[in-house]
Amino acid sequence: MEQREQWQADGHRAYPLVRVRQLVKNYYLGHTIVPALRGVDLDVWPGELVALMGPSGSGKSTFMNLLGCLDQPTAGRYLLSGVPVDELSPNELADVRNRSIGFVFQNFNLLPWMTALENVELPLTYMQMPAEERRRRAEMALTLVGLRTRAHHRPTELSGGQQQRVAIARALVTSPTLLLADEPTGNLDSQTSVQIMGILQELNRRGLTIILVTHEADIAAYCRRQVRFRDGRVVGDTLNSEPLEARLQLTHDHDHEQEGRKVTS
Amino acid sequence: MSFLRPETGASQHATLPQPAPLERSAFLPPVHAYRRARGFSAVYQGTRSALRALRANALRSLLTSLGIIIGVGAVIMMISISEGNAAAINQRLSALNPTQLTIFPGSARGTGGVSSGLGSAQSLTLDDANAIAQLSHVTAVSPLINAQGQLVAGDQNWSTSVVGVAPPYQQIGGWQLQDGSFISQDDEDSGHTVAVLGQTVVDNLFGPGADPVGQSVRINGVPFTVIGVLAPKGTTGGRNADDVVYVPYTTARQRLSGGRSLGQIVLTADSTSNVGLVQNEVEQLLEQRHNIANPQLDDFQISNQLQVLQSVQGTNQALTILLVSVASVSLVVGGIGIMNIMLVSVTERTREIGIRIAIGARPRDVMTQFLIEALVLSILGGLIGIVLGPVGAWVLTHFTTTPFVLDPLSVLLAFGVSALVGVVFGFYPAQRAARLDPIVALRTE
Ligand SMILES: Nc1ncnc2c1ncn2[C@@H]1O[C@H](COP(=O)(O)OP(=O)(O)O)[C@@H](O)[C@H]1O
Ligand SMILES: [Mg+2]
Repeated sequence: MEQREQWQADGHRAYPLVRVRQLVKNYYLGHTIVPALRGVDLDVWPGELVALMGPSGSGKSTFMNLLGCLDQPTAGRYLLSGVPVDELSPNELADVRNRSIGFVFQNFNLLPWMTALENVELPLTYMQMPAEERRRRAEMALTLVGLRTRAHHRPTELSGGQQQRVAIARALVTSPTLLLADEPTGNLDSQTSVQIMGILQELNRRGLTIILVTHEADIAAYCRRQVRFRDGRVVGDTLNSEPLEARLQLTHDHDHEQEGRKVTS
Repeated sequence: MSFLRPETGASQHATLPQPAPLERSAFLPPVHAYRRARGFSAVYQGTRSALRALRANALRSLLTSLGIIIGVGAVIMMISISEGNAAAINQRLSALNPTQLTIFPGSARGTGGVSSGLGSAQSLTLDDANAIAQLSHVTAVSPLINAQGQLVAGDQNWSTSVVGVAPPYQQIGGWQLQDGSFISQDDEDSGHTVAVLGQTVVDNLFGPGADPVGQSVRINGVPFTVIGVLAPKGTTGGRNADDVVYVPYTTARQRLSGGRSLGQIVLTADSTSNVGLVQNEVEQLLEQRHNIANPQLDDFQISNQLQVLQSVQGTNQALTILLVSVASVSLVVGGIGIMNIMLVSVTERTREIGIRIAIGARPRDVMTQFLIEALVLSILGGLIGIVLGPVGAWVLTHFTTTPFVLDPLSVLLAFGVSALVGVVFGFYPAQRAARLDPIVALRTE
């Protein structure tokens, strides 16, 4: 029943995908030091779906940025699949972001002049992948999030939920081992949020390790594991033995393709 | 890349088992090990996305390129005009006899230039001319008087320059006769009122194709008999060589100019290499004849056509350098314009850069993207300039007499410089983009 124990029992896999030890991050504003993380210890095992919770300013985003190799810690260790990230060169870090990690943002962060398909292809353009294969993969990723028919729409022609699904497809397209999502439902209504959670749960079921940030208990309820942050520290790490199934809630609601109001930005 | 290399030197984790190989998730097929986009493929992709970004901002891109367009256009135009000028001068040079020397009366001192010949000095005499004719390497000598004449034949009249010369002048000026004959020694000695007309004069007084030999024409009221018509030389360097009348030198002095001095003496040396030698000989001879000990006090000046034209060519070259440097400054200004807009572009697109870095662009990928964009801007500007420059030069040739000359090398040069400008001035903004902190970049609105 307990997934972590299953992994640990399964000898050769008994190694965390993310291992963080005494992670410290300080921001410097002029002469004042803003301690955003004050020593975080956390292990995330392959196949987990983890919700990071906590009040605003507790350091969740800072932590996610460190996990996503977008930033370097002030002190402490971060091992991704056993690799000490702090020893990687800038180019190797770029490759980790490209190949091993998918990042989903609260505000989608799509390039507005590109179609959904081109946005999803973007990470693949930073590998030497032939255009044809790039396109095929991007189409597969869009199919995975139920947006195959919107491939040639621009972000402004899509609803918020659809934009976030495009962003998820972009994060998935390189087949990463870890998906990081910082408040992926923060800009979406509750109905659409459930749909996004449904997609994330489905991906997790297929083996993708996901860490997501949310300050809403409803969203965290879809995750098996909930980690609480406060003042830059982990103050709670609980397992939810019966997470909600977004899939079941959606069956008697809308269809994926027709939801939400249009968001213009 | 060495993503899977084992952990090193982490003593606190020494008891942990070796990391498992990366477990790819089952939702998409695994990505095979591709190398990073490099070389041609990266440039091709970069160019495509650069064109796209520039098209999205078409007006701004055009305005940005304007500096390069003007710069490249101006450089090509200036080179074209200068070369047209040089060609015109060369044409003039070839129209003149390079072995010709002209002796002007008057000294070089005073106002600094050569004093105007006719009437202003009495220094040159016919005897001088005869003495010069005895010198070695001199093939022909003729005195020369210039006058403005009003010609009347029947009810037609024409104003042109009437030149009094001796018979050897036919050889000096390189004239062929179309009809009749040139001034003879007898005409010269007796001061006959005879005239040899240029083609343009004939056309205007007697009509095209007429043969006026034997007819009468009044020059400044004095009746002259036409004894010959010169074969046309055509227009050389903007001057119509055929708009001229030659009369015997003695006749011109007595009937047309009234003065007793001889205007100039023109002579030819037997070869271009002897021009200098003849010039020295003539100088010594005249100093001796005029009893001048100090060459500084010479009462005559010898002008060497070759030298004059060479100095004009030199001036033209200096002018070319000046014009091209001014045009080059506009290229540099154009480059600074590109740098300016690229910096604005990097600032405006900070978020885009953040996104690209977040999904795995290497610093060099970002750098390449913006460098290519600057390069595309400058090369597009350069191409437009390459079209506009020659067009401008061609239009200008219609307002001047210089011919249209286009040197392919100048086009190539201007294009190369515009590309160079793109790289040089695009470098700093591109570097700024590549060094952006993704966290900061993603937070900007
Ligand atoms: N770039 C920054 N410069 C200075 N302080 C920052 C910066 N980013 C975050 N902080 C501070 O670090 C703390 C943690 O922020 P954050 O990680 O964004 O929290 P959360 O995502 O949980 O709301 C906050 O006090 C915030 O003000
Ligand atoms: Mg946050």
